[in-house]
Amino acid sequence: MLNVNTIKNGLVIDHIRAGSGWKIYQWLGLDKSPFTSCLIQNVPSEKQGKKDIIKIDNIINVDYSVLGFIDPDICVNVIENEKIVRKINMELPSKVSGVFNCKNPRCITQTEHYVKPNFILADKKKGIYKCEYCDTLYLAGSENK
Amino acid sequence: MLSGRHLIQPDDLTVSEIEEICSLAEQIIVDPKSFQDVCRGKILATLFFEPSTRTRLSFEAAMLRLGGSVEGFSDADNTSSVKGETLADTIRVVSSYADVIAMRTPKEGAALLASKYSACPIINAGDGGHYHPTQTLTDLVTIRQLLGGLENHTVGFCGDLKFGRTVHSLAEALRNFKGNKFIFISPKELSVPDYLITNVLEPAGVKYEIVESLDEVINQLDILYMTRVQKERFFNEQDYIRLKDSYILDSEKMKNAKKNMIVLHPLPRVNEITPEVDEDPRAAYFKQVKYGMYARMALIAKLTGSI
Repeated sequence: MLNVNTIKNGLVIDHIRAGSGWKIYQWLGLDKSPFTSCLIQNVPSEKQGKKDIIKIDNIINVDYSVLGFIDPDICVNVIENEKIVRKINMELPSKVSGVFNCKNPRCITQTEHYVKPNFILADKKKGIYKCEYCDTLYLAGSENK
Repeated sequence: MLSGRHLIQPDDLTVSEIEEICSLAEQIIVDPKSFQDVCRGKILATLFFEPSTRTRLSFEAAMLRLGGSVEGFSDADNTSSVKGETLADTIRVVSSYADVIAMRTPKEGAALLASKYSACPIINAGDGGHYHPTQTLTDLVTIRQLLGGLENHTVGFCGDLKFGRTVHSLAEALRNFKGNKFIFISPKELSVPDYLITNVLEPAGVKYEIVESLDEVINQLDILYMTRVQKERFFNEQDYIRLKDSYILDSEKMKNAKKNMIVLHPLPRVNEITPEVDEDPRAAYFKQVKYGMYARMALIAKLTGSI
């Protein structure tokens, strides 16, 4: 078993779908950050079989709505003085902007590059989003599958 | 209040606004002379980034019959877009000249984007395989004229239901009128897109069926909406050739249809309706063309605040 030191003040992003950790790590800019952080991949998990975990030795600002879209199963533990003081479960945001591009080759956002692609929550129960422009459907979290 | 508004998708209009436009179209049909000057001094710009002679001429005829003028292009090759101008800039410029813009493009969502930069109303005259709301108004005016109303119809959509934007738009509009039932008839490769089922029909509680045989269901239909399998919507020619003749309406099939069923088609047709059907009184697709012009007259008059 791999051991990673506990962090004093920071965040532990837990229950990341195995394989998605690196994308989230990059999206948070941790690959270029000056403080200590680590990505642990393929951690055995009772619930998920395998999961990824990110530990960040710093309290950083995270757009939880976007994180919720990327992987709605994620839980973020806020650590202060080496103790979990808060658990934040993700919720599906009503709108997601600038996280990924629409994959429909006929979508206007493919050619008009100044346009920020927006995705609107179309079905909260099923976690389905639609491109604001072309209505192409996306499942929350599927961008990382 | 329709004055100054954009029309991007059928949902932009409420049921009462659709009825308002249809009623005005019907008034124009009865007495076109009373409307021949209502847009005098106003300009319609037709921005056709892909060719569609029929739709463009219908818009232009509509504006001319209202006493207005038209400007525009019918091919993106002759515009600044080939020099790399953004759609946003094109729209900013044209909307400085025109009172209303009708635009057609192969790109889905282009009309919505244009509406964010336009100083005048944008009418979506078709954006890729997405929406074509004025064809929908055409279809609605036709159905009202020929069947007396928009409720309690069993509507069969046949052919290319995947890329056929007219089908998507009409289904979206008709779901708002009570008692309508839809039967989607197509090969699996061209069946209706998921979003239409999950986002449009199911939330509205509309009854629908998805079948592969026209013969099996034609006797149930009040309206048969035929569509062309469009070459330009396919990425490869082999798929197009394999599917283009999938569903052809002929006199033999019409024998099983109701006596008062109407056959609609957004045109142009290729071979999906045989010419012998044209003589059948139930063939309504050429009447539909004329009603389309009246529907566009009504829409232009409303959006420009001329009536």
